[in-house]
Amino acid sequence: MKKSLMLIMAMVLTFTLAACGQASNGGTAAGNTTSSSSPSTEPSAEPSAEASSLTGSILATGSSALQPLVDQASKMFMEKNSGVTIQVQGGGSGTGLTQVSEGQANIGNSDVYAEEKLDADKAKALVDHQVAVVAMAAVVNKEVKVDNLTKQQLVDIFTGKVTNWKDLGGDDAAIVIVNRPASSGTRATFEKYALGQKSEDLQGSIQEDSSGTVKKIIGETPGAIGYLALSYLDDSIKSVSYDGVAANVENVANGTYPVWAYEHMYTKGEPDAASKAFLEYMMSDEIQNDKGLVVELGYIPTSQMQVVRDLDGNITKK
Amino acid sequence: MAQTIPKKTAGNGRSAGKNHFVEEWVGKVYTTLCVLFLVATIIAMVYFVASRGLSTFFKDHVNVFELLGGLKWSPEGSPPSFGAFPFIFGSFSTSLLAALLAAPLSICASIFMIEITPKFGRKFLQPVIELLAGIPSVVYGFIGLSVIVPLFRDIFPGQGLGVAAGALVLSIMILPTMTTVATDALASLPAGLKEGSYALGATRWQTIYRVVIPTTLPSLMTGVVLGIARAFGEALAVQMVIGNAPFVPRSLFESASTLTSAITLSMGNTAAGSTHNNALWSLALILMLMTFVFVFIVRWLEGRSKL
Repeated sequence: MKKSLMLIMAMVLTFTLAACGQASNGGTAAGNTTSSSSPSTEPSAEPSAEASSLTGSILATGSSALQPLVDQASKMFMEKNSGVTIQVQGGGSGTGLTQVSEGQANIGNSDVYAEEKLDADKAKALVDHQVAVVAMAAVVNKEVKVDNLTKQQLVDIFTGKVTNWKDLGGDDAAIVIVNRPASSGTRATFEKYALGQKSEDLQGSIQEDSSGTVKKIIGETPGAIGYLALSYLDDSIKSVSYDGVAANVENVANGTYPVWAYEHMYTKGEPDAASKAFLEYMMSDEIQNDKGLVVELGYIPTSQMQVVRDLDGNITKK
Repeated sequence: MAQTIPKKTAGNGRSAGKNHFVEEWVGKVYTTLCVLFLVATIIAMVYFVASRGLSTFFKDHVNVFELLGGLKWSPEGSPPSFGAFPFIFGSFSTSLLAALLAAPLSICASIFMIEITPKFGRKFLQPVIELLAGIPSVVYGFIGLSVIVPLFRDIFPGQGLGVAAGALVLSIMILPTMTTVATDALASLPAGLKEGSYALGATRWQTIYRVVIPTTLPSLMTGVVLGIARAFGEALAVQMVIGNAPFVPRSLFESASTLTSAITLSMGNTAAGSTHNNALWSLALILMLMTFVFVFIVRWLEGRSKL
């Protein structure tokens, strides 16, 4: 009996410790890969029989919103350049920026500008590569009879001033807010460009980090409202217009719909040859054109954008 | 691998004494190395979590009592505030409630398996309950989100997400832990005690609740505490069904948050070294200290269970 007890105790200990250590796992693994691979990133002197002589290994880590695009693109890139291995990991924008800044990863994926997460001097060392644009729409449960929300109405909802849909022209039903955690890049984008201010966490509101879960909860909960990237929109939920402008690719591209952000791939200083080639491939016509990966996965190609926006949010025509 | 080599030569019958010496030595060195590695890992882990978690107080000058007792968690606000009490409350309420739900079930299940239907129980019921331990927590979370939450939303006021849903999901997850420990405790009870009771003319039920349960109670409690420890550390399944608003809930069916869900929601989005990130490590430190407390309680209960 004592033996089995010890065994279970050991198991419980392992599980709890494993749960505690999980967050740091990515860090150590990433550290290992880069340290072991960094010598090989230099172009090899050996003549190669392949068409491409590019060799090296790249670790790209960070934003889970950008992960599917980078993951798919890396596979296509590796098919063309068999000498290069690319590892793509998630972990969140904060992880990506931290790891690229500390040299543990070659590329740090992020939904937000590095300046918004890192200290100014650390952010200055990073080089920004904007590979796509992601737009977000306010979404509601299908039963909600509201099709358009103004900026002020959204602010009222997300600050708890308005708590019933009847005050916004809908049915008499309580508003259930499905928010992102305060540190989330998606929430930062939504607050910055849709609300124009920070929103407080409200008692009774729901917070989820995965877009899939957010969609499921909004789809099932009467009176629910939240926000999702355009690529997640489907029939299970309803997207509402913002100040009368529908959330779609055309309106984002021509600058009339403001709730969007760049997807960044940061490198520390100028990238090495392999990373540089990969980033160039990300921006190539093959990935960015109308039938390319970017469009296929629900992002908006930067080439389609008729406006550019700087770090402070100033929009200028291209 | 290394151990099989001396064994083979020993089989040849030549200088057996010397080979036994080598065998002994290899075994000793191997186990010692493993233990040293384990100890180093644990110390490194404790040091890592503590150094990050404590820098919230020493480097960022957050008040310890504000973190433990504060009600407002708003690390990105201006000014930021780090009140983690809602998370501590959420963790304790969900895991204690889960234990309250699961303990009677698992103790009854183990009594049924050992005392009432030993053959069916050992052959069929126990493997089935142990299977529950092998299901990944994301599956539990998804089932909770797809079945329990809509059910609660229809029956009770609120959105269904909350402490009650979290506790129910956790109670199923900790069933195997509690049942296995309880079953072992009951099975290891000396037969003489029960036979004595029967010899006095007691019925089976009288024997169970007058003899079996009182004598194994410390071991049964050990299982309950281990279950609570497991529930306390569970992150993903709870995160999916509890709602995660950083507030002390006003009802069982209102969104709440636990230490683990607060960590998993924000850890990846914060840059290492920032105050927000350090504060999350402080939450991890609280979790780790609580694990130590649970291990302590288990040790203490074990000391009392000597028959």
